[in-house]
Amino acid sequence: MSERETSLPDLLPGAYALVRRDLRVAWKRPGDVFNPLIFFAMVATLFPLATGPSPEQLAFSGPGVVWVAALLAMLLSLNGLFWSDFEDGSLEQLLVSPLPLPALALAKTIAHWLLSGLPLVIVSPAIAMTYRLPGAVIGVLMLTLMLGTLSLSLLGAIGAALTVGLPRGAALLSLVILPLAMPLLVFGARTVSFVAAGDSYAAGVYFLAAYAVLGLSLAPFATAAALRISNE
Amino acid sequence: MSSTLTASGLTLIRGDRCLFRDLSFAAVAGELLLLEGPNGSGKTSLLRAILGLIELEAGAIHWDGASARDRRQEFHANVAWLAHRVGLKADLTPVENLRFAAALGGWSTADLDAVLERLKLDKLKSLPLRLLSAGQQRRVALARLPLSGATLWILDEPFTNLDREGRELVLKMVAEHLAARGLCIMAAHHDIELAAPVQRVVLQ
Repeated sequence: MSERETSLPDLLPGAYALVRRDLRVAWKRPGDVFNPLIFFAMVATLFPLATGPSPEQLAFSGPGVVWVAALLAMLLSLNGLFWSDFEDGSLEQLLVSPLPLPALALAKTIAHWLLSGLPLVIVSPAIAMTYRLPGAVIGVLMLTLMLGTLSLSLLGAIGAALTVGLPRGAALLSLVILPLAMPLLVFGARTVSFVAAGDSYAAGVYFLAAYAVLGLSLAPFATAAALRISNE
Repeated sequence: MSSTLTASGLTLIRGDRCLFRDLSFAAVAGELLLLEGPNGSGKTSLLRAILGLIELEAGAIHWDGASARDRRQEFHANVAWLAHRVGLKADLTPVENLRFAAALGGWSTADLDAVLERLKLDKLKSLPLRLLSAGQQRRVALARLPLSGATLWILDEPFTNLDREGRELVLKMVAEHLAARGLCIMAAHHDIELAAPVQRVVLQ
Protein backbone atom coordinates (compact mmCIF):
# COMPACT_ATOMS: atom_id res chain seq x y z
CA MET A 1 0.00 0.00 0.00
CA SER A 2 1.45 3.33 -0.97
CA GLU A 3 1.41 6.33 1.32
CA ARG A 4 -1.20 8.81 0.24
CA GLU A 5 -1.10 12.52 0.70
CA THR A 6 -4.53 13.59 1.77
CA SER A 7 -4.51 17.22 2.72
CA LEU A 8 -6.99 17.94 5.47
CA PRO A 9 -8.57 21.38 5.53
CA ASP A 10 -7.51 23.79 8.24
CA LEU A 11 -9.52 23.66 11.43
CA LEU A 12 -9.75 27.33 12.33
CA PRO A 13 -11.11 28.73 9.04
CA GLY A 14 -13.72 25.98 8.99
CA ALA A 15 -14.89 26.55 12.56
CA TYR A 16 -14.82 30.31 12.03
CA ALA A 17 -16.91 29.94 8.86
CA LEU A 18 -19.47 27.94 10.84
CA VAL A 19 -19.75 30.66 13.52
CA ARG A 20 -20.09 33.30 10.81
CA ARG A 21 -22.74 31.31 8.96
CA ASP A 22 -24.85 30.96 12.11
CA LEU A 23 -24.53 34.67 12.87
CA ARG A 24 -25.51 35.48 9.31
CA VAL A 25 -28.58 33.22 9.43
CA ALA A 26 -29.58 34.88 12.71
CA TRP A 27 -29.12 38.31 11.13
CA LYS A 28 -31.64 37.32 8.48
CA ARG A 29 -34.17 36.07 11.01
CA PRO A 30 -33.77 38.38 14.01
CA GLY A 31 -36.90 36.99 15.69
CA ASP A 32 -34.91 33.96 16.83
CA VAL A 33 -32.62 36.27 18.79
CA PHE A 34 -35.25 38.65 20.12
CA ASN A 35 -37.84 36.10 21.27
CA PRO A 36 -35.74 34.75 24.19
CA LEU A 37 -34.85 38.34 25.17
CA ILE A 38 -38.48 39.39 25.28
CA PHE A 39 -39.28 36.21 27.21
CA PHE A 40 -36.50 37.12 29.67
CA ALA A 41 -37.99 40.57 30.24
CA MET A 42 -41.53 39.19 30.53
CA VAL A 43 -40.64 36.55 33.13
CA ALA A 44 -38.72 39.13 35.17
CA THR A 45 -41.75 41.43 35.07
CA LEU A 46 -44.12 38.67 36.18
CA PHE A 47 -42.54 38.18 39.62
CA PRO A 48 -43.33 41.64 41.08
CA LEU A 49 -46.89 41.24 39.81
CA ALA A 50 -47.22 38.06 41.85
CA THR A 51 -45.21 38.95 44.95
CA GLY A 52 -45.93 42.66 45.31
CA PRO A 53 -43.85 45.68 44.29
CA SER A 54 -42.38 46.87 47.61
CA PRO A 55 -38.79 48.15 47.07
CA GLU A 56 -37.25 45.99 49.84
CA GLN A 57 -38.82 42.85 48.46
CA LEU A 58 -37.71 43.69 44.91
CA ALA A 59 -34.10 44.28 45.94
CA PHE A 60 -34.17 41.05 47.96
CA SER A 61 -35.62 38.82 45.23
CA GLY A 62 -33.96 40.63 42.27
CA PRO A 63 -30.80 38.50 41.84
CA GLY A 64 -32.73 35.24 42.02
CA VAL A 65 -35.45 36.38 39.66
CA VAL A 66 -33.03 37.66 37.03
CA TRP A 67 -31.09 34.41 37.21
CA VAL A 68 -34.18 32.19 36.92
CA ALA A 69 -35.47 34.28 34.03
CA ALA A 70 -32.11 34.04 32.26
CA LEU A 71 -32.02 30.27 32.78
CA LEU A 72 -35.49 29.86 31.29
CA ALA A 73 -34.69 32.13 28.36
CA MET A 74 -31.57 30.09 27.62
CA LEU A 75 -33.63 26.88 27.70
CA LEU A 76 -36.07 28.42 25.24
CA SER A 77 -33.29 29.20 22.77
CA LEU A 78 -31.41 25.92 23.20
CA ASN A 79 -34.04 23.90 21.45
CA GLY A 80 -33.19 25.49 18.11
CA LEU A 81 -29.45 24.97 18.45
CA PHE A 82 -29.23 21.94 16.17
CA TRP A 83 -32.84 21.66 15.05
CA SER A 84 -32.72 23.72 11.86
CA ASP A 85 -29.43 22.14 10.81
CA PHE A 86 -30.94 18.72 11.41
CA GLU A 87 -34.05 19.51 9.44
CA ASP A 88 -32.39 20.89 6.31
CA GLY A 89 -29.61 18.29 6.24
CA SER A 90 -26.79 20.72 7.09
CA LEU A 91 -26.01 18.70 10.18
CA GLU A 92 -25.30 15.62 8.08
CA GLN A 93 -22.92 17.67 5.95
CA LEU A 94 -21.12 18.71 9.16
CA LEU A 95 -20.91 15.05 10.21
CA VAL A 96 -19.22 14.04 6.95
CA SER A 97 -16.92 17.05 6.89
CA PRO A 98 -13.23 16.21 7.31
CA LEU A 99 -12.95 18.57 10.29
CA PRO A 100 -13.11 17.05 13.79
CA LEU A 101 -16.71 17.11 14.97
CA PRO A 102 -15.98 18.38 18.52
CA ALA A 103 -14.46 21.53 17.02
CA LEU A 104 -17.57 22.09 14.92
CA ALA A 105 -19.79 21.41 17.93
CA LEU A 106 -17.83 24.02 19.88
CA ALA A 107 -18.21 26.49 17.01
CA LYS A 108 -21.99 25.93 17.00
CA THR A 109 -22.06 26.38 20.78
CA ILE A 110 -20.08 29.62 20.67
CA ALA A 111 -22.38 30.98 17.97
CA HIS A 112 -25.33 30.04 20.17
CA TRP A 113 -23.85 31.85 23.15
CA LEU A 114 -23.13 34.96 21.07
CA LEU A 115 -26.74 34.96 19.87
CA SER A 116 -28.55 34.13 23.11
CA GLY A 117 -26.25 34.31 26.16
CA LEU A 118 -24.47 37.55 25.38
CA PRO A 119 -27.66 39.50 24.56
CA LEU A 120 -29.09 38.40 27.95
CA VAL A 121 -25.97 39.68 29.71
CA ILE A 122 -26.27 42.98 27.86
CA VAL A 123 -29.97 43.42 28.66
CA SER A 124 -29.70 42.29 32.30
CA PRO A 125 -28.70 45.73 33.74
CA ALA A 126 -32.01 47.17 32.51
CA ILE A 127 -33.94 44.44 34.31
CA ALA A 128 -31.71 44.72 37.38
CA MET A 129 -32.38 48.45 37.60
CA THR A 130 -36.11 47.90 37.66
CA TYR A 131 -35.42 45.67 40.68
CA ARG A 132 -33.50 48.57 42.26
CA LEU A 133 -30.22 46.69 42.47
CA PRO A 134 -27.27 49.08 43.09
CA GLY A 135 -24.54 49.57 40.47
CA ALA A 136 -21.87 47.40 42.12
CA VAL A 137 -24.32 44.51 42.34
CA ILE A 138 -25.27 44.89 38.69
CA GLY A 139 -21.60 44.55 37.70
CA VAL A 140 -21.31 41.23 39.54
CA LEU A 141 -24.67 40.13 38.16
CA MET A 142 -23.37 40.64 34.63
CA LEU A 143 -20.15 38.80 35.42
CA THR A 144 -21.99 35.79 36.87
CA LEU A 145 -24.47 35.78 34.00
CA MET A 146 -21.63 35.93 31.48
CA LEU A 147 -20.00 32.81 32.95
CA GLY A 148 -23.32 31.13 33.70
CA THR A 149 -24.86 31.54 30.25
CA LEU A 150 -21.65 30.27 28.65
CA SER A 151 -21.86 27.15 30.81
CA LEU A 152 -25.54 26.80 29.95
CA SER A 153 -24.80 26.99 26.22
CA LEU A 154 -22.13 24.31 26.57
CA LEU A 155 -24.24 22.09 28.78
CA GLY A 156 -27.36 22.70 26.74
CA ALA A 157 -25.56 21.78 23.51
CA ILE A 158 -25.15 18.24 24.84
CA GLY A 159 -28.86 18.02 25.61
CA ALA A 160 -29.85 19.65 22.33
CA ALA A 161 -27.64 17.19 20.44
CA LEU A 162 -29.17 14.23 22.28
CA THR A 163 -32.76 15.30 21.63
CA VAL A 164 -32.40 16.78 18.15
CA GLY A 165 -34.04 13.96 16.25
CA LEU A 166 -36.85 13.34 18.71
CA PRO A 167 -40.42 14.52 18.36
CA ARG A 168 -41.28 16.90 21.22
CA GLY A 169 -37.64 16.94 22.20
CA ALA A 170 -38.01 20.39 23.79
CA ALA A 171 -39.66 19.08 26.95
CA LEU A 172 -37.12 16.29 27.26
CA LEU A 173 -34.29 18.78 26.75
CA SER A 174 -35.51 20.84 29.73
CA LEU A 175 -35.74 17.74 31.89
CA VAL A 176 -32.20 16.70 30.95
CA ILE A 177 -30.62 20.12 31.38
CA LEU A 178 -32.34 21.62 34.43
CA PRO A 179 -30.85 19.28 37.07
CA LEU A 180 -27.36 19.87 35.70
CA ALA A 181 -27.96 23.63 35.61
CA MET A 182 -28.99 23.85 39.27
CA PRO A 183 -25.46 24.41 40.63
CA LEU A 184 -25.16 27.35 38.24
CA LEU A 185 -28.37 28.85 39.56
CA VAL A 186 -27.36 28.31 43.20
CA PHE A 187 -23.92 29.86 42.83
CA GLY A 188 -24.98 32.54 40.36
CA ALA A 189 -27.94 33.93 42.25
CA ARG A 190 -26.39 33.50 45.72
CA THR A 191 -23.18 35.24 44.68
CA VAL A 192 -25.15 38.28 43.56
CA SER A 193 -27.12 38.22 46.81
CA PHE A 194 -23.85 38.11 48.78
CA VAL A 195 -22.62 41.24 47.02
CA ALA A 196 -25.93 42.96 47.76
CA ALA A 197 -25.41 42.09 51.45
CA GLY A 198 -21.84 43.42 51.33
CA ASP A 199 -20.04 40.04 51.43
CA SER A 200 -17.23 38.75 49.26
CA TYR A 201 -18.22 37.23 45.94
CA ALA A 202 -14.91 35.73 44.78
CA ALA A 203 -15.72 32.12 45.68
CA GLY A 204 -18.94 32.06 43.67
CA VAL A 205 -17.32 33.64 40.63
CA TYR A 206 -14.45 31.15 40.82
CA PHE A 207 -16.91 28.29 40.92
CA LEU A 208 -18.80 29.61 37.88
CA ALA A 209 -15.53 30.14 36.02
CA ALA A 210 -14.42 26.60 36.85
CA TYR A 211 -17.75 25.24 35.61
CA ALA A 212 -17.34 27.18 32.34
CA VAL A 213 -13.77 25.96 31.84
CA LEU A 214 -14.80 22.38 32.53
CA GLY A 215 -17.64 22.80 30.06
CA LEU A 216 -15.37 24.31 27.40
CA SER A 217 -12.97 21.39 27.63
CA LEU A 218 -15.42 18.49 27.92
CA ALA A 219 -18.82 19.48 26.50
CA PRO A 220 -17.77 19.65 22.80
CA PHE A 221 -16.72 15.99 22.90
CA ALA A 222 -19.98 14.90 24.54
CA THR A 223 -21.95 17.03 22.07
CA ALA A 224 -20.13 15.47 19.12
CA ALA A 225 -20.80 11.95 20.40
CA ALA A 226 -24.46 12.82 21.00
CA LEU A 227 -24.79 14.22 17.48
CA ARG A 228 -23.47 10.99 15.99
CA ILE A 229 -25.95 8.95 18.01
CA SER A 230 -28.89 11.22 17.12
CA ASN A 231 -28.10 10.98 13.43
CA GLU A 232 -28.03 7.20 13.20
CA MET B 1 -2.90 6.76 -8.60
CA SER B 2 -6.52 5.72 -8.75
CA SER B 3 -8.50 5.03 -5.63
CA THR B 4 -10.78 2.18 -4.66
CA LEU B 5 -13.47 1.68 -2.09
CA THR B 6 -14.05 -1.89 -0.99
CA ALA B 7 -16.90 -3.11 1.14
CA SER B 8 -16.66 -6.59 2.59
CA GLY B 9 -19.28 -8.60 4.42
CA LEU B 10 -21.61 -5.70 5.21
CA THR B 11 -24.58 -6.57 7.38
CA LEU B 12 -27.05 -3.97 8.55
CA ILE B 13 -29.97 -4.48 10.89
CA ARG B 14 -32.41 -1.64 11.51
CA GLY B 15 -34.89 -2.30 14.27
CA ASP B 16 -35.59 -6.02 13.94
CA ARG B 17 -35.24 -6.08 10.17
CA CYS B 18 -32.14 -7.21 8.35
CA LEU B 19 -31.65 -4.88 5.38
CA PHE B 20 -28.73 -6.75 3.86
CA ARG B 21 -26.42 -9.53 4.95
CA ASP B 22 -22.84 -10.26 3.95
CA LEU B 23 -22.84 -7.73 1.10
CA SER B 24 -19.51 -7.19 -0.65
CA PHE B 25 -18.57 -4.95 -3.56
CA ALA B 26 -15.80 -2.69 -4.76
CA ALA B 27 -16.09 0.70 -6.38
CA VAL B 28 -13.26 1.44 -8.75
CA ALA B 29 -12.21 4.58 -10.58
CA GLY B 30 -14.01 5.24 -13.82
CA GLU B 31 -16.98 2.99 -13.05
CA LEU B 32 -20.38 3.91 -11.67
CA LEU B 33 -21.58 1.77 -8.78
CA LEU B 34 -25.36 1.83 -9.01
CA LEU B 35 -27.48 0.68 -6.08
CA GLU B 36 -30.86 -0.62 -7.11
CA GLY B 37 -33.80 -1.95 -5.20
CA PRO B 38 -37.37 -1.10 -4.28
CA ASN B 39 -38.33 1.54 -1.71
CA GLY B 40 -37.27 0.53 1.77
CA SER B 41 -34.67 -1.95 0.55
CA GLY B 42 -31.92 -0.07 2.37
CA LYS B 43 -30.23 1.93 -0.39
CA THR B 44 -30.00 5.12 1.65
CA SER B 45 -28.99 3.17 4.75
CA LEU B 46 -26.19 1.50 2.80
CA LEU B 47 -24.92 4.88 1.57
CA ARG B 48 -25.07 6.30 5.09
CA ALA B 49 -23.29 3.23 6.43
CA ILE B 50 -20.51 3.71 3.87
CA LEU B 51 -20.14 7.28 5.12
CA GLY B 52 -19.98 6.08 8.72
CA LEU B 53 -23.21 7.81 9.68
CA ILE B 54 -24.77 4.55 10.84
CA GLU B 55 -23.10 1.64 12.52
CA LEU B 56 -22.87 -1.61 10.61
CA GLU B 57 -23.73 -4.84 12.35
CA ALA B 58 -20.76 -6.49 10.67
CA GLY B 59 -18.35 -5.84 7.84
CA ALA B 60 -15.85 -3.17 6.95
CA ILE B 61 -15.36 -0.35 4.46
CA HIS B 62 -11.85 0.25 3.18
CA TRP B 63 -10.70 3.32 1.32
CA ASP B 64 -7.40 2.74 -0.49
CA GLY B 65 -6.65 -0.16 1.80
CA ALA B 66 -7.18 1.75 5.05
CA SER B 67 -10.27 1.33 7.19
CA ALA B 68 -12.65 4.21 6.54
CA ARG B 69 -13.79 4.06 10.16
CA ASP B 70 -10.37 4.34 11.70
CA ARG B 71 -9.28 7.07 9.32
CA ARG B 72 -12.54 8.91 9.16
CA GLN B 73 -11.08 12.35 8.51
CA GLU B 74 -8.92 11.28 5.57
CA PHE B 75 -11.86 9.36 4.12
CA HIS B 76 -14.28 12.26 4.51
CA ALA B 77 -11.78 14.63 2.92
CA ASN B 78 -12.17 12.55 -0.25
CA VAL B 79 -15.95 12.27 -0.24
CA ALA B 80 -18.79 14.49 -1.43
CA TRP B 81 -22.23 13.48 -0.11
CA LEU B 82 -25.45 14.45 -1.82
CA ALA B 83 -28.26 13.43 0.49
CA HIS B 84 -32.01 13.50 0.13
CA ARG B 85 -32.12 16.72 2.16
CA VAL B 86 -30.12 19.41 0.40
CA GLY B 87 -28.04 20.47 3.42
CA LEU B 88 -28.28 24.19 2.66
CA LYS B 89 -29.59 27.10 4.70
CA ALA B 90 -32.87 28.47 3.36
CA ASP B 91 -32.10 32.01 4.53
CA LEU B 92 -28.77 32.26 2.76
CA THR B 93 -28.15 32.74 -0.95
CA PRO B 94 -26.65 29.98 -3.12
CA VAL B 95 -23.33 31.81 -3.15
CA GLU B 96 -23.27 32.21 0.65
CA ASN B 97 -24.17 28.54 1.08
CA LEU B 98 -21.49 27.33 -1.30
CA ARG B 99 -18.84 29.65 0.11
CA PHE B 100 -19.58 28.21 3.56
CA ALA B 101 -19.34 24.65 2.24
CA ALA B 102 -16.04 25.56 0.62
CA ALA B 103 -14.65 27.05 3.84
CA LEU B 104 -15.73 23.97 5.77
CA GLY B 105 -14.18 21.54 3.31
CA GLY B 106 -11.14 23.65 2.46
CA TRP B 107 -12.09 23.85 -1.23
CA SER B 108 -11.18 26.54 -3.69
CA THR B 109 -14.01 28.78 -4.87
CA ALA B 110 -12.24 29.84 -8.07
CA ASP B 111 -14.69 27.84 -10.23
CA LEU B 112 -17.77 29.00 -8.35
CA ASP B 113 -19.15 31.26 -11.08
CA ALA B 114 -18.50 28.72 -13.82
CA VAL B 115 -20.24 25.94 -11.88
CA LEU B 116 -23.23 28.16 -11.08
CA GLU B 117 -23.54 29.10 -14.73
CA ARG B 118 -23.38 25.50 -15.81
CA LEU B 119 -26.20 24.61 -13.41
CA LYS B 120 -28.21 27.60 -14.66
CA LEU B 121 -28.07 29.27 -11.26
CA ASP B 122 -26.17 32.40 -12.25
CA LYS B 123 -29.30 34.57 -12.24
CA LEU B 124 -30.44 33.22 -8.86
CA LYS B 125 -27.19 33.41 -7.00
CA SER B 126 -28.10 36.37 -4.80
CA LEU B 127 -31.61 35.25 -3.86
CA PRO B 128 -32.27 33.52 -0.54
CA LEU B 129 -32.58 29.79 -1.11
CA ARG B 130 -36.14 29.61 0.19
CA LEU B 131 -37.32 31.61 -2.84
CA LEU B 132 -35.92 28.93 -5.17
CA SER B 133 -37.93 25.94 -6.35
CA ALA B 134 -37.13 22.45 -5.05
CA GLY B 135 -35.36 21.61 -8.31
CA GLN B 136 -33.29 24.78 -8.19
CA GLN B 137 -32.32 24.06 -4.59
CA ARG B 138 -31.18 20.61 -5.66
CA ARG B 139 -29.06 22.22 -8.35
CA VAL B 140 -27.34 24.32 -5.68
CA ALA B 141 -26.64 21.11 -3.74
CA LEU B 142 -25.26 19.53 -6.91
CA ALA B 143 -22.86 22.45 -7.32
CA ARG B 144 -21.02 21.15 -4.26
CA LEU B 145 -19.87 18.04 -6.15
CA PRO B 146 -17.54 19.61 -8.74
CA LEU B 147 -16.48 22.37 -6.31
CA SER B 148 -15.42 19.89 -3.64
CA GLY B 149 -12.82 18.26 -5.86
CA ALA B 150 -13.65 15.02 -4.01
CA THR B 151 -12.60 11.70 -5.53
CA LEU B 152 -15.66 9.79 -4.39
CA TRP B 153 -19.17 11.08 -5.01
CA ILE B 154 -21.94 9.43 -3.02
CA LEU B 155 -25.31 10.40 -4.45
CA ASP B 156 -28.68 9.49 -2.97
CA GLU B 157 -31.40 9.82 -5.61
CA PRO B 158 -29.72 12.75 -7.35
CA PHE B 159 -32.54 13.11 -9.88
CA THR B 160 -35.25 14.00 -7.35
CA ASN B 161 -37.10 17.22 -8.29
CA LEU B 162 -34.97 17.76 -11.39
CA ASP B 163 -36.38 18.41 -14.87
CA ARG B 164 -35.20 16.45 -17.90
CA GLU B 165 -32.43 18.89 -18.64
CA GLY B 166 -31.29 18.74 -15.01
CA ARG B 167 -31.20 14.93 -15.06
CA GLU B 168 -29.11 14.97 -18.20
CA LEU B 169 -26.77 17.47 -16.62
CA VAL B 170 -26.28 15.20 -13.59
CA LEU B 171 -25.46 12.26 -15.86
CA LYS B 172 -23.03 14.42 -17.78
CA MET B 173 -21.33 15.61 -14.61
CA VAL B 174 -21.06 12.01 -13.36
CA ALA B 175 -19.65 10.84 -16.70
CA GLU B 176 -17.04 13.60 -16.66
CA HIS B 177 -16.13 12.80 -13.07
CA LEU B 178 -15.69 9.11 -13.91
CA ALA B 179 -13.68 9.96 -17.01
CA ALA B 180 -11.32 11.92 -14.75
CA ARG B 181 -10.68 8.71 -12.75
CA GLY B 182 -13.21 9.59 -10.10
CA LEU B 183 -15.51 7.18 -8.24
CA CYS B 184 -19.25 7.43 -7.91
CA ILE B 185 -21.75 5.44 -5.87
CA MET B 186 -25.35 6.27 -6.68
CA ALA B 187 -28.70 5.08 -5.44
CA ALA B 188 -31.44 5.58 -8.00
CA HIS B 189 -34.52 3.90 -9.29
CA HIS B 190 -34.47 5.68 -12.63
CA ASP B 191 -32.95 3.87 -15.56
CA ILE B 192 -29.57 5.32 -16.23
CA GLU B 193 -27.94 5.72 -19.60
CA LEU B 194 -24.33 6.47 -19.08
CA ALA B 195 -21.34 6.24 -21.38
CA ALA B 196 -19.15 4.94 -18.55
CA PRO B 197 -19.28 1.31 -17.35
CA VAL B 198 -21.89 0.62 -14.67
CA GLN B 199 -21.68 -1.95 -11.91
CA ARG B 200 -25.04 -2.79 -10.35
CA VAL B 201 -25.64 -3.82 -6.75
CA VAL B 202 -29.22 -4.97 -6.24
CA LEU B 203 -30.76 -4.88 -2.77
CA GLN B 204 -33.81 -7.00 -2.07
